[in-house]
Formats: sequence, C-alpha cells, structure tokens
Amino acid sequence: MSSLPWITILIAVPLVAALVLWLVPGLHRFARPVGLAVSLVTLGGAVAMATGFDPSRAGEQQLTQTVGWIPSIGASYAVGLNGLGLVMVLLALALVPIVLAADWHAVPDASEADRRATDRRRATFVALVLALASLMVAVFAARDVFLFYVVFEVMLIPVYFLVGMFGGANRRSAAVKFLVYSLAGGLIMLVGVVMLYLQGPGGPQGFLIDNLAGVVSDPTTERWLFVAFFVAFAVKAPMWPVHTWLPDTTAQATPGTSTLLVGVLDKVGTFGMLALCLPLFPGAARWAAPAIVVLALISIVYGALVAIGQQDMMRFIAFTSISHFGFIVLGIFVGSEVAMTGAMFYMLAHGLSIAGLFLLAGYLAERGGSRRIDAYGGWQRVTPVLAGLFLVSGMASVALPGLSGFIGEYLVLVGSFASSIPAAAVATLGVVLAALYFLLVYQRVFTGQPRAEIAQARADGALRDLGARERWSLVPVVVAMVVLGVLPGPVLDLLTPLAQVLALGGAQ
Amino acid sequence: MIDLAWLVVAIPLASSALLLLLGRRSDAWGHLLATLAAVASFVVGLLVVLEVLGQSPEERINDVHLFSWIPAGELSIDAGLRVDPLSLTFVMLITFVGSLIHVYSIGYMTHDPARRRFFAYLNLFVAAMLVLVLADSYALLFVGWEGVGLASYLLIGFWNHNTDYAVAAKKAFVMNRVGDMGLIVAMGLMFASLGTVSFSGVDAAASGLSTPMATAIGLLLLLGACGKSAQFPLQAWLGDAMAGPTPVSALIHAATMVTAGVYLIVRADSIFSAAPTAQLVTACVGAFTLLLGAAIACGKDDIKKSLAGSTMSQIGYMVLAAGLGPIGYAYAIFHLVTHGFFKAGLFLGAGSVMHANGDSTDMRTYGGLRKVMLVTWATFAVCWLAIIGVPPFAGFYSKDKIIETAFVGEGWQPWVFGGAALVGAAVTAFYMSRMFFMTFHGKARWVDEASKLGADDPRPRRHPHESPLVMTLPVVVLAIGAVSLGFLLSLGDGITGWLEPVTGHVDHPEPVLPVPVILTATLVLVAAGVALAWRQYGMNTVPLTAPAGSPLTRAARRDFFADDVNEALAMRPGQHLTRTLVYADTAVVDGAVTGAAAGTVASGRVLRKLQNGYVRSYAAMILAGVVIAGAVLHLVRL
Repeated sequence: MSSLPWITILIAVPLVAALVLWLVPGLHRFARPVGLAVSLVTLGGAVAMATGFDPSRAGEQQLTQTVGWIPSIGASYAVGLNGLGLVMVLLALALVPIVLAADWHAVPDASEADRRATDRRRATFVALVLALASLMVAVFAARDVFLFYVVFEVMLIPVYFLVGMFGGANRRSAAVKFLVYSLAGGLIMLVGVVMLYLQGPGGPQGFLIDNLAGVVSDPTTERWLFVAFFVAFAVKAPMWPVHTWLPDTTAQATPGTSTLLVGVLDKVGTFGMLALCLPLFPGAARWAAPAIVVLALISIVYGALVAIGQQDMMRFIAFTSISHFGFIVLGIFVGSEVAMTGAMFYMLAHGLSIAGLFLLAGYLAERGGSRRIDAYGGWQRVTPVLAGLFLVSGMASVALPGLSGFIGEYLVLVGSFASSIPAAAVATLGVVLAALYFLLVYQRVFTGQPRAEIAQARADGALRDLGARERWSLVPVVVAMVVLGVLPGPVLDLLTPLAQVLALGGAQ
Repeated sequence: MIDLAWLVVAIPLASSALLLLLGRRSDAWGHLLATLAAVASFVVGLLVVLEVLGQSPEERINDVHLFSWIPAGELSIDAGLRVDPLSLTFVMLITFVGSLIHVYSIGYMTHDPARRRFFAYLNLFVAAMLVLVLADSYALLFVGWEGVGLASYLLIGFWNHNTDYAVAAKKAFVMNRVGDMGLIVAMGLMFASLGTVSFSGVDAAASGLSTPMATAIGLLLLLGACGKSAQFPLQAWLGDAMAGPTPVSALIHAATMVTAGVYLIVRADSIFSAAPTAQLVTACVGAFTLLLGAAIACGKDDIKKSLAGSTMSQIGYMVLAAGLGPIGYAYAIFHLVTHGFFKAGLFLGAGSVMHANGDSTDMRTYGGLRKVMLVTWATFAVCWLAIIGVPPFAGFYSKDKIIETAFVGEGWQPWVFGGAALVGAAVTAFYMSRMFFMTFHGKARWVDEASKLGADDPRPRRHPHESPLVMTLPVVVLAIGAVSLGFLLSLGDGITGWLEPVTGHVDHPEPVLPVPVILTATLVLVAAGVALAWRQYGMNTVPLTAPAGSPLTRAARRDFFADDVNEALAMRPGQHLTRTLVYADTAVVDGAVTGAAAGTVASGRVLRKLQNGYVRSYAAMILAGVVIAGAVLHLVRL
C-alpha cells in the first residue's frame, strides 16, 4: 500500500472530480451527492495513507515523491508529509465532506424553471470546494518552495469564487478585500522566493526546501527574506494588525466556506511559519522572535476584546480566531518545545472548534433569518440540541479541559512559562477573556425568553431543531473534540518530534 | 479494589453522558439512573476506603496509573489517581451527600419538565468533582476544577429562561476563570522551575524552590482557591449562584465544590510549607472572609443568600485553618466534612421551606412555620445547633478546634486570627438563630390561602405543608450526621489520625490562651448571639418589609458593594475599552489598509493614462521594465 504515490492520488482525485463536475452538464443535478462521495473517498484514502505513516519518524518527511517540474528554474514537484503535514491533511480532508453536507443548501432550492441554473450553481460550488481540497493537500505536502508558493497563490482562486459567488449581500467586496490582502502578502513573498533561489545552490532541484535550509549566510539578507515570507504568512494566519480581512470575509461567506477558510486555509499561515520560516531562516527567526511574540500577545488580547464587542455572529467567531491564532503564533516563536507542540496541536483543535461554531451559527441563522446576535435570545428553548452543541463547541474553543482545545492552549501556556514568564502571563489573560466572550454570546443568543413569534413558530412546528443531516455533520466534529481532549497522545506523538527539531532554543 | 477506583468517576460520568445523548427518550427513568449512579459511585468508594483501611498507615498513599494523557516531550502528563486518606475523605463526602441530594431532587424537581437534564448535570458535577479530588497531578486536578465550573454554570443557569439567572451563571463561571488563571500560571511556574506538574514530582522537588518562586506559586494557587471557594476578593459570585435550584446550592455551593479551594491548599502543602508569606496571606484571606461572609449573612432576608454568606464564612474558617499550616490541615478538613452535612441539611431544609411557600425565599414572609412542617423544623434545628457550635453537635467539635488552633503562634497573628474566629462564632450564632427564628418561630407573616381575610391584608397567601418523604428522608440522614459526626470523627485518633499520612504528624503547641478559656469564651459568645437573635426576631414581631437599617446593615445587604467595586474596576473600563477597540479596528486598523487600497485605486487612475493604445509606448515601457529588473537582479547578485 505504501508504495502507492498516496499524496499525488489525494491531490489528483478531488481535482479531477472537480473538473468533471464542472465540465459535464449532465452531472450537475447530482453534483452534491457525487461531491460528498468523492470527498468521503478522498478522506478514506487519507486514512489509508496514514496507516503507512511511521509515527516513530514523524519528524521526517515520509511518503515522499520527487519529480522534475520546471528544471530550468529549479522547480520540482516534490511532495511528502511529516507529522504536522499529515495531521493537517487529515483535518482538511475530514472537514471537506462535513462542509459539503453542512452547506447542502448554500444554493437555495429554486422553482422548476430555474432548476438548471440552480444545479449549475450547485455544481460550481461543489467543484470549487473539491478543487480547494486538492490544493489544501498540495500545500501541506509541498517540499519545494516554488511549488508551495504556486499552490499558496492558486488557492486564492477557489476561495475568491466561493466567497464572491455564494456569500451574503456584500460578498463581492468581501471577496475582493480578501483577494487584495492575500495577493499583497503573496507578492512580498514572491520577492522572497526569487531572492532565496538566487542565494541557494541553484540547479534543477534548487527550490527544494532541503537544499535551501540555512543556505543564507548573510544575517541581513536572511532577515529580509524571513520578513518577506513572514508577512505573507501573518496575513494568512491572520495576525494583528493585518487581520481585518478576516471578519469581513467570514461575515459574507457561507458557514462552510468560513470553516474551510479559518479552519484550514488560515493554518497555512502558521504552517508556513513552521515549515518554511523556521528551517529556512533559523537565525532570523530567533532575531525576530521577540517582536513576533509581542504581536502574538496583542492578537490574543486584542482579538478577545474586540470579539466581546461584536454584533455579528460570524465576525464574532472570526475575532475569537484572531485571538486563538495569537496563541498558535506565540507557541511557535516563544522558544519552547512544549509550547511549539501545543501550537501544532492547537492548529488541529482550532480547526474542529471553528467548524462547530461556524456551522452551528449558520444553522441558527438559517432558522432565525439573521446573523446579528441581538436578533436572538432564548433559543435554548427553541433549539435545544443546537444550543447544546454550540455550548460544547464553544467550550472546546475556550479550552475547557477534557475537550481538544485545552490540550493545545495548556501546552502553549505552560510551555511559554519556561521561556518567558511575562509573555506567558499576558497570554493567560486570554483564558479569562475567552470565557467572557463566549458566555456573553451564549447568554445573548440562547438564554432568556424567546420572542413570541419564535416561540409560536416552534410550537407550530414551523421551526425545528437540527435535522438529521445537520446533526450528523457535527457528530464527527464533537466526537473528535472529546476524543482528542481525553486521548491526545497519538496526535502529540506525531508532533513532538518536529517540535524538538524546530523549537527556537533561547529565543528570548 | 484500589485499581478500580476509576469506576468512582466513570459511573456518574457514563450516566450523565447517556442521559444527555438519549435526550427525551430517557425522561421517564433518567432521575432513577442518575441517583443509582451516584449511589453506585458511593459504594465503590466505600469499598476502596475499606481496602485502604486495611493498609498500614504509611502505605495508604496509593498512586494508580491510568494512561499517558499528554505526552509532549519535556512535559509528559499521565492520567492517574491519588487514592489516599485525603482524597477518600472527599470521595465519601461527595458521593454520600451527593446521593442524598439526588434522592431529594427526585421530589424537588418532580414538576420540572427538564428534570432528566437536571440529573444529567448533577451526575456530571459529581464526576467532575471526583476527578478534582482523585487526580494525581495539578493538570488532571484542573480538569475536574474547570469541569465543576462548567457543571456549576449549567446548574446555576438551569432556569436560564430567566435572564438574571443566566447572568448569575455567567458571572460564576467568569469569576471562577479568574481564579483558574491563577492555577494555570501556577502550573506554568511549576513547569518552568520544577519541570513537572504531578503531585509526587512537585512534592519531591518543592523544597528546592527559591522562596520568591514558592511564594508566587502559593499565592497563585490561593487565587485559584479564592475563585472556587468564594473567598475574598473573588467572593461576589456565590450569592448570585443561589439562582440555581436549591439542591444545587446544597450540593455544589455549600457541601462540595466550594470546598475545593481548601482541598487545593491542603494538597499543595509542599508549596505552602516552602512559602510562609503565602501561608500568612491565606490565613488572612480566610479570617477576613469569615467575618465578611458572616456580616453578609446577617444582612440578608433571602434565606438562600443568607446561607450563601454563611457558606462563605464557614469556608473562611477552613481557609484560615489551612493557612495555619500542618497544624490546621486536619481541622480544616474536619470542619469541611461536618459543614458538608449540616450546611447541606440547612439548604435542603430551606428548599423544603421554599417548596412549601410557593418558592418564596423571603424570610420576612415566613414565620411560625414550625407548626406546619415539623420534620423540616426538627432537622433544621439540629443543623442550626451544629453550625453555631453547640456541644455535642458536629460543628462544636470541628469549629472549636479551628478556633483553638487560630490562637496558636507568636506575635500579633494568634490574637488577630483567634479574635476573628471568636467573633465569627458569635456572629454565626446570631445570623443562624435569626434565620431559624424568623422562619419557624414568631407569628406567621403569611395567611392561609383558605382564610377569609380581606384582599387588603398585605401578607402573602400561602399554603405551607410538609414536604414528601423523598425530600425529608435525606434531610433526616444529614441531620443525623450533623448530630453525631463531630463526636464520631474525633473518637480515638479520629479524622486527624486518618489524615496523618497526608498531613503529616504534628504536635499541637499550646495556644496563647488556655484552652478552657477559649472554650468558655466561645460558648458564652455563641449564647449571646443566640439570645440577641431571640430578643429581636423570636420575641418581637418581624416587620414584613425590611426596616432601613444601619449603614452596616445596608452595606451587608449589598454584599459590601462587591458588585459595585467589580463594576467600577473591571466591567465599566472593560466595556469602554472594548467599544473603543471595536471602533478603532474599523476606523484605524482597517482604515489604514483600505486607505492604502484607495490610494492604489487612485494611482491606478493616473496610470491608466499611460495606457494610450500606442504600441510603441508599451514597447518602451516593457523595455524600461526589463532594464530595471535586470538592474535589480544584477545588484542582488553582487
């Protein structure tokens, strides 16, 4: 089994399926079930691939494949996965079917006359999500800087269309804002990519990360290159002060798109810091670490405080994420193995809690007809299952012990104390603020008395609690939150070896 | 059996999960399963206790490894249980009182459509509390610590369709998280300085801590304890927590969860022993809160809020004792156990009274209830005598030991701590007697529903009645404990000897005053407190509306302005900051970016003029571009 080129298969299958779904009009009517099936098959493939992964060598690239791509500029198609890459691929591919199921009605049913147009839009949606799945695998598997850069940029295309075509009223401007922000970050990175190649050994494999690690000898050049890469990743992550595209985008995107965007794509930013910034520019990373830690701390506190003041559920969730990304970046740069392990685990755990929150907020908005927090109140009585699952997801998000969010946050915090007590102490403020922002929203949305017409609609049966599709889209997420909170060992075993290689000793 | 100690936790946890997952399908039998689970947990715990009793005292500290929980390189945390006399004392208290309260709740919650969910939360609470006391590391303790916080949140807000209750639940959780933050930072410092967060690891290495570090860790643990145990300055949530159904107040906010802070301090002996300053602060916090809580209890007309003040005060006694170091540990736990019984009894009695009075908690509308609820009156009387420390009731044994120990030491401390404990005893006698007389004695300040009195009578119409057996029986059992437990637990070596493997052997030095003098003074003060209350609330007529009262009374009614202080210091500045930041985020941070984008668009308009359609000018521009690019590359090569 392990002799198969698994990664390439996982990249190719959803991409081919996306093209076929898009190009064959006869399939448009069946786009949603076909897309779901393909995504499940891909996930099965990823699980099968994971069985061939040797956890004892999780710090190394495995399942590698290297083929010359554009030898003249040194670019290769080089893929492989280490423990972190494997975890992120599994997260991404697990979320794809969930998102497809959750956004089943992203394109609302239409009258018979518009049937064809509706089917076409649905097929486009599914095709874009599948294309994104393929690119997500590629970006986490890329072992070649040029390949990584290309995928990093190409990924913007499906997201741009997912936001711009299927979102709320202001979706176009949100999509453009997202695109401009990302392109700006990407262009700075492109400069870095070219400069880095010129510093490297060149040749047909001149862009391989392995061939470029630590090649920059001049500290000044190394720092400039580090900054060029870091800015792109900070925009993606998103870190304060380049975060403002995220709330606007999530406020307009469908819940499923937001889940993939914040749950997985934003992790490409922190993944890039771990997979590129640290191995390529270790000296500069150590140089920049104190400043980055400060930015991370600002993100933690700022994100949480601004989240408290939000009126829109999706923007609220986006700001909590900015706070959580602060924790992740802190863990990466604070200079502790334990904190870095925690940061990597956090990337996984946050993907789960964000999926729960976005999707449930989406289900709620479908019922209440608004994404504004103050349009609700008392909905625990109207939709008890939805409320319960929202509470569990929120508790995972604010790191309640026993759920997945705790493991990452605990390791980041406790590990940080060994490197910098003041930084860790500031970050701990986020723990209190998190309880506050989440419970405030829970209180405003779910407690109290529901409005009379809502209670009436509930009594009439016009308003129902989560249906089977909606429930089952969240069951895997909630189960994973619990299992990873109680038994995080197998995942941590995939991550610790990498942290031992990458952690910046004595960064402070 | 010790190896099966995990069942103590697993049984209520599984029951809770089952009831939550099955939902309405388990409505018919959910309360029975949950009660059975609590009882089963008690039985397993009892079997473990019997086995540990069979061990020789020095073998009684058992660490049971369960599984590797967080293996993260340098920090590797195992999930394991610490089965020793201290944790088992708590297991017995939690599961026994917990079982009784489950039984009581069957009756109390009969008419609530969501009774099954209530029992699921109760089971969840019991499981989390058991994790807290059975954990063998600070990290696993923290799981239970926040777990009980969640259960408490769910139960305080059980009737959260009332917005005030929802706010109370949130307040409890957030204030607890402030304390939890202390615990997280303490664990961070433990990891940074000792490389471990397990009890055995920390205990072994703690003596090597520098004094400032040990003091910092100790104070942070104290912060955690203050949050959970409603001690100053994190006490303000407890009064509001009375929004929960009364069995919840009895179990969580009186008998078990709020005592977790005391447990933590005793458990962290190795840290506190290395940090005398932290110990002193602990004792001061305890002494201050015992007076604060007692004063609040005097000012409240709401029977539950008065009991909440009392709980704060009694836990203040325990924290004071724990702050006195090893000489006080066993007495802190002793009082914790007896308090668990009589305070749960008082709360359940209060619940019974409320049940009989249309859920009113206002003591000014009670009075003369002895005649209509004799069992409740008798059990309440027993628990009242126990809490004010009348011999031979349980509180006498345990509280008196704390007062004596508070008088041990040198310099100002014994006088201050001992004095506070003595005064506290007098105030306790006053407010508890006030409650007892106002509720059960004097003239009835209600009229029977059936009476023919005119509608202009200001007294509320009630139909008080004794509660059913399922509610009175648990209270009777608790009352029996309130009578006998003090005597039983001080037989022979008693609880002090049982706890010795954990607390260590200590010789009890003489207090600064002779013991008989302290004893006499205590009893005289208690008698005075009772007499004063009888004069004011037993003999005199209690007005239906509260009189204006002295400034002290008015301050006590408002919890000594704790909410106002929190609001002025934290909430209002916080809201202001939040609003400013939200505005700044759009106007400044985003504005800068969109501004830059707008600038780009404007420059795009200028650049468009260059697109004049002439091929030669395009060619010229391409050439210029190539030259610049080449120049850049050339320079970089250099």
